Amino acid sequence: MNSAIVAMDLTFSYRNTPVLKRISFSIRKGNFFIIIGPNGSGKTTLMKILCGVLPAQNGRLEIMDRPCRNYTRKGLAKTIALVPQMASMDFPFTVTELVLMGRSPHLGMLGLEKEEDIEIARQAMAFTEVAHLASRKIDELSGGERQRVSIARAICQEPKIILLDEPTASLDLAHQVRVMDLMERLKEEKSVTVVMVSHDVNLAAMYGDDLLLLKDGRIISLGSPNEVLTYRTLEEVYGCTLLVDKSPVGEFPRVTSVPGKFIDSSSR
Amino acid sequence: MNRNKPFLFKRILKISVWMVLLLFIAGFMGISMGSAGGGVGAFLQSLLGQKEIDSMTETIIWRIRFPRVVLATLVGATLSLGGLVFQALLRNPLAEPYILGISGGSAVGGIIGILMGLSRFPGVGLAAFCGSMVTLLLILMMSSGQTILKKDSLLLSGVMVNAFCTAVIMFLVSLTHDSRLHNIIFWLMGDLSSTDIGQVGMLSLTILPCFLLLFWFSNTMNLLLMGKEMAQTMGVNVKAVTVILLVATSLMVSATVSHCGLLGFVGLVMPHLLRLVLGPDHRILVPACVLGGGAYMVLCDLLARILPQQGEMPAGVITAMIGAPLFIFLLKRSKR
Repeated sequence: MNSAIVAMDLTFSYRNTPVLKRISFSIRKGNFFIIIGPNGSGKTTLMKILCGVLPAQNGRLEIMDRPCRNYTRKGLAKTIALVPQMASMDFPFTVTELVLMGRSPHLGMLGLEKEEDIEIARQAMAFTEVAHLASRKIDELSGGERQRVSIARAICQEPKIILLDEPTASLDLAHQVRVMDLMERLKEEKSVTVVMVSHDVNLAAMYGDDLLLLKDGRIISLGSPNEVLTYRTLEEVYGCTLLVDKSPVGEFPRVTSVPGKFIDSSSR
Repeated sequence: MNRNKPFLFKRILKISVWMVLLLFIAGFMGISMGSAGGGVGAFLQSLLGQKEIDSMTETIIWRIRFPRVVLATLVGATLSLGGLVFQALLRNPLAEPYILGISGGSAVGGIIGILMGLSRFPGVGLAAFCGSMVTLLLILMMSSGQTILKKDSLLLSGVMVNAFCTAVIMFLVSLTHDSRLHNIIFWLMGDLSSTDIGQVGMLSLTILPCFLLLFWFSNTMNLLLMGKEMAQTMGVNVKAVTVILLVATSLMVSATVSHCGLLGFVGLVMPHLLRLVLGPDHRILVPACVLGGGAYMVLCDLLARILPQQGEMPAGVITAMIGAPLFIFLLKRSKR
């Protein structure tokens, strides 16, 4: 009853290439859960299964104590919201229009929003600090602003769980911290469960309650940052020499890569 | 709950009223202007039921020009809305029934229908619908290797399908030697002249339900603009919606093609113009495209009727002369 997501033996293959191999884990409600791992480890596929874009080919998936397949599409959309890596927008919606789209699962076919929906959108925009951009066109914004608008849209969906696909990948240092702090606040103030895929091991160490380390479609390690981010595991998984020590700013590990020390696994 | 009137609803109404006004002005001009028989005055007199005008003018106005204007409205509305839907569905601002080859496919089907001696409705219409569905499947198959969203691969598929359809059309035309030949060629260039009010009625019975259906899905089209996967996580059944939108659009486009042939680039001009003025929200754009596209087509047809000194030119000539340069402009802009 305390789990937001329970996955049992999740399996997925593209044609004949297995991507996820019998993955089992659970995410506690109100947790900041970060999935890390090298390129091609199955992170994105796992993300797509969690938000219902791809069906799991095998195994069981429970979301908020209900089997995933018992949800209607709209029901699932009211429970889980996705913030994509790069919200592509070729069509010039205003920030308000875009954030209001998050209300769609709560509204009828035409999505005619009422005063209360506009109020929810207003609050979401205030929360991610984009209220001053409300009437700007989405394609005029910077990457960081766009990402915060995308997050406001997800919040406007009023989900129990928010999934983020590498939200910090193309942001500068300040914006990375800003997005991560935002997620931390979302978790604390609105008790939303945050699930994130990230390449940034150090940000994961700083903010994650629990980390899941994937490689080749298997779980290598699952637990607190201190348990998962050890020198031995990381070198094994990433195949390069790394330095792991204690972060100077808190009780979590710091990972530093060392130049010129790529370990070719085939020559070992 | 319903105490708060949705403000968007008011906006849709307000814009629709303006567009209806525009359509009426265009329709008024379309009916009262032409090479023969009475100007604005005659039309007004006829409308007010004054008996002073001769029956010849009366016939021209009500039996020839009126059905023609209504047909132009329906066709313009359909093609504009078709362009709008394809642009949303394929997330490609250059998509349009004619450019994608959907219209060409319907034309091939339509010609086969004519040559088989089928009646215009439902025979030729059905044949045209089959033609459009075949080309639609072809385009989707060719361009969905990796992603149907890629601008260039989609356009290239469209160009190829169009080239193939043109070849088939020419093949069929060169096999024909009787009186049907002139009809077919004129029809191919987009011809609104040969029509009576009964046919127009049949056409509107096919098309109007499609308009309503597409309006019903207008918010879904907004969500589709965010990408298939995003739309799915926001509660849209993407596969089902895609099929419904494609079939409804092909149905109404092929219905118009079977009535008045190929009118190119209509689906490009109005959606882009209106998007520029009204923003990208489809709940506003769908009704605006229907009304505005209708007005646009009525005016294009009017130009086609009054520009030549003798006789008239096909309306497709005008739509292509306005639309093709716009297409090139959009293509250049989207490459940046």
